[in-house]
Amino acid sequence: MRAFANLLERLAFTPARNAKLRLLRHYLEQTPDPDRGYALAALTGDLKLRTVTPSLLRGLMVERVDEQLFALSYDFVGDLAETIALLWDSDRDEDVPLHQAVALLRDTGKSGLPMAIAGMLDRLGPSQRLAFLKLATGNMRIGLSARMARIALAEMGTPDVAQIEEIWHGLTPPYQPLFDWIAGGPRPEQAARAPFRPVMLSTPVDLDQLGAFQPADYIAEWKWDGIRVQAINDDGVRRLYSRTGEDIGGSFPDVIEALNFDGAVDGELLVRRGEDVAVFGDLQKRLGRKQVGKGMLDSHPASLRVYDLMIWQGRDLRDLPLTDRRAVLEGADFGSDRIDVSPLLDFATWDDLAALRADPPAAVIEGVMIKRRDSAYVGGRPRGPWFKWKRDPHVVDAVLLYAQRGHGKRSGFYSDFTFGLWDADQLVPVGKAYFGFTDEELRELDRFVRNNTVERFGPVRSVAPKLVLEVAFEGLNASGRHKAGVAMRFPRISRIRWDKPIAEADHLSTLKAMIP
Amino acid sequence: MFTILVSMRADQILHPTPAGLYCPPGDFYIDPVRPVPRALITHGHGDHARSGHGAVMATRQTLEIMAIRYGEDFAGQRQAADGPVRVGDTTVSFHPAGHILGSAQIAVQPDRGPKIVVSGDYCRHPNPVSAAYEPVPCDIFVTEATFGLPVFKHPDPAGEMTRLLASMAEFPERPHLIGAYALGKAQRLIMLAREAGIDGPIAIHGALQRLCDYHVEQGIDLGPLVPATAKQVDAQLVIAPPSAFASAWVQRFRDPVIGFASGWMAVRARARQRGVELPLVISDHVDWPQVTRTITELAPSEVWITHGTEDGLMRWCELQGIPARPLRLVGYEDEPE
Repeated sequence: MRAFANLLERLAFTPARNAKLRLLRHYLEQTPDPDRGYALAALTGDLKLRTVTPSLLRGLMVERVDEQLFALSYDFVGDLAETIALLWDSDRDEDVPLHQAVALLRDTGKSGLPMAIAGMLDRLGPSQRLAFLKLATGNMRIGLSARMARIALAEMGTPDVAQIEEIWHGLTPPYQPLFDWIAGGPRPEQAARAPFRPVMLSTPVDLDQLGAFQPADYIAEWKWDGIRVQAINDDGVRRLYSRTGEDIGGSFPDVIEALNFDGAVDGELLVRRGEDVAVFGDLQKRLGRKQVGKGMLDSHPASLRVYDLMIWQGRDLRDLPLTDRRAVLEGADFGSDRIDVSPLLDFATWDDLAALRADPPAAVIEGVMIKRRDSAYVGGRPRGPWFKWKRDPHVVDAVLLYAQRGHGKRSGFYSDFTFGLWDADQLVPVGKAYFGFTDEELRELDRFVRNNTVERFGPVRSVAPKLVLEVAFEGLNASGRHKAGVAMRFPRISRIRWDKPIAEADHLSTLKAMIP
Repeated sequence: MFTILVSMRADQILHPTPAGLYCPPGDFYIDPVRPVPRALITHGHGDHARSGHGAVMATRQTLEIMAIRYGEDFAGQRQAADGPVRVGDTTVSFHPAGHILGSAQIAVQPDRGPKIVVSGDYCRHPNPVSAAYEPVPCDIFVTEATFGLPVFKHPDPAGEMTRLLASMAEFPERPHLIGAYALGKAQRLIMLAREAGIDGPIAIHGALQRLCDYHVEQGIDLGPLVPATAKQVDAQLVIAPPSAFASAWVQRFRDPVIGFASGWMAVRARARQRGVELPLVISDHVDWPQVTRTITELAPSEVWITHGTEDGLMRWCELQGIPARPLRLVGYEDEPE
């Protein structure tokens, strides 16, 4: 478990995604089975163990440490598992295999648990103790998604991410068949019902590029601003997956209940009230909830708008041309008014489509999708058959107010910028952007920040309000958490307006008027 | 004629004042934070050794370090401590503290009254850049409590170096920039790197140059060092003072791994506040087992605590039945690592 403890420690302090991937890949390459499989499951939240309560852990400490010294220590450290890992009085530091710790937390009865945990803590050094306690409390918090874990796995061998995603949901820890496959062995049989299938993605396009293609070869539909999902009912097993294969059904019981069909469909998850599709912000309120209250189900009803069929009534349609799949889709009965079909757009020329795109009938539409009529459904992001032509971003001219130092490749550079808009005669912070500029522009911005610093707060500097930044963003949500009452989506710095006086920056009211 | 021999109370021999710990019978201050006529100084760290005093007594190395940091005219007079010395109605002596090069504890023996040892900052881990801590029997032991909580058990620094080496191997293309205070910690880190097998050049920030040179002059072989000021730095390991990380100096390094060597790094929240990617728990202060062991060994009749997280140590003394009191001295850094 020493290597696992080291990995957790490194991941917890490593902000950059690629560095995280490398740490994980090296760990998986160097660690034997079954420990690496259990580690992987622990990191992705797929390891089901007995949950050890904080009160059990406190109980262990009461017997061992003066109450007042414990309280002072906990107050200083701020995390119960970490406090105990540091306080535990043992000079041993055995390298206990992870599977032993997992077996202990899986198989020990409730009454024997405190003794068993104390016995294990006695054998471990501080960093392993922390890893063990994090495992026991089920609280890893290292910012590693299941998607990233699969990318690391894909870097280890021949199977690519899409292939791994396809079988992922049939696998259980410690994933021996998966590692065997990666090492050159046979592909594991897909045993689970309702498996995730790799999603077909599109590439961006613009009007100039479209000129090379025949409009008649394509269909077009709205690009709805919800969450791309795969919804499945496989012989009664119902699943709702995000496009990266995360099972999000738990947050959407209303949609799961509506999957009264036999097949696997590709669509957009939306909040829809009657015919009105709500803005993304409404859907966001439903995300990531373990429990969805009845009030939320009534006020924010989720629905599915279907783009495509992958499997339908026992037939795999993915190799058929899009038009054939679409014909089946339009004749399909989904058995629920929570599910409908994404309508096609009527156009003869790209200019027709440009006009539709410029004036969509709902704010929740973020552009158009253009798909070749003869395209098979291919997982991944093949170049060519499907395009996304997004609406032009919104822009505002804002004033730079604060800057924060970055990490990794931007170490030492002020690269995270907070900007504000006018509200009467005050500048109110409205958002933060940390990309959109070139390396050269970053150097110029960094120099500007250093030369115009007013105050410092740790890694943050407040900057004299002198510089106007053109900020582009994809959409706006009303937000109670932001002081200005709005939250931008994907804000980035599209231009640095060295030329523009700050008095000509935009007003908050202009931004608020853009809230759909 | 006869003399009435009245023994002085401990707090008549040494007590806190706004300028620092003052000794009336000797008319001197220990590690004063303001300019005073006569100062006895435990070690060269900036919060203990300040310039502008009338007369300064310290170890020869501490005096030389002060001259490097503040210039030759840092005090009106200076006197190198060498054996017991009479100062006023007291006899003072300096004893190694194991903290940094030249660091000392100061023992104050009044003509009448209890013997007091002011430890300054001290450390009992083996440290190649400092003479080893020497226990000095006393009635009153004045200790720091920088790491005065039982959560602080500093690991073997060799293990921390193993983690550094592992990271350098894991990310061979990334320079590793490790923050370390310019006096003491930086040189200790370099020595630990040498012991861990890093024989090649180590790059040092310009602010470390003179102090590293001085360590070499004092017979501590730091091995090949190159300046980390050039456009192209040909060393994967770079050591710099913490303040350098906020400056544009960092920008010359491509995708660096930022580390920090300090006892505080044992606590994750502290490491996060620093924004470091590689926290290294390397301290030149006593940790909890060491400070409690020291008090147990010395068995003083009273313990005074100068600065740090004194509540924890106060509680421990209470549980042991040892009288203890905090001096609540101001002017020392919250994070003197």
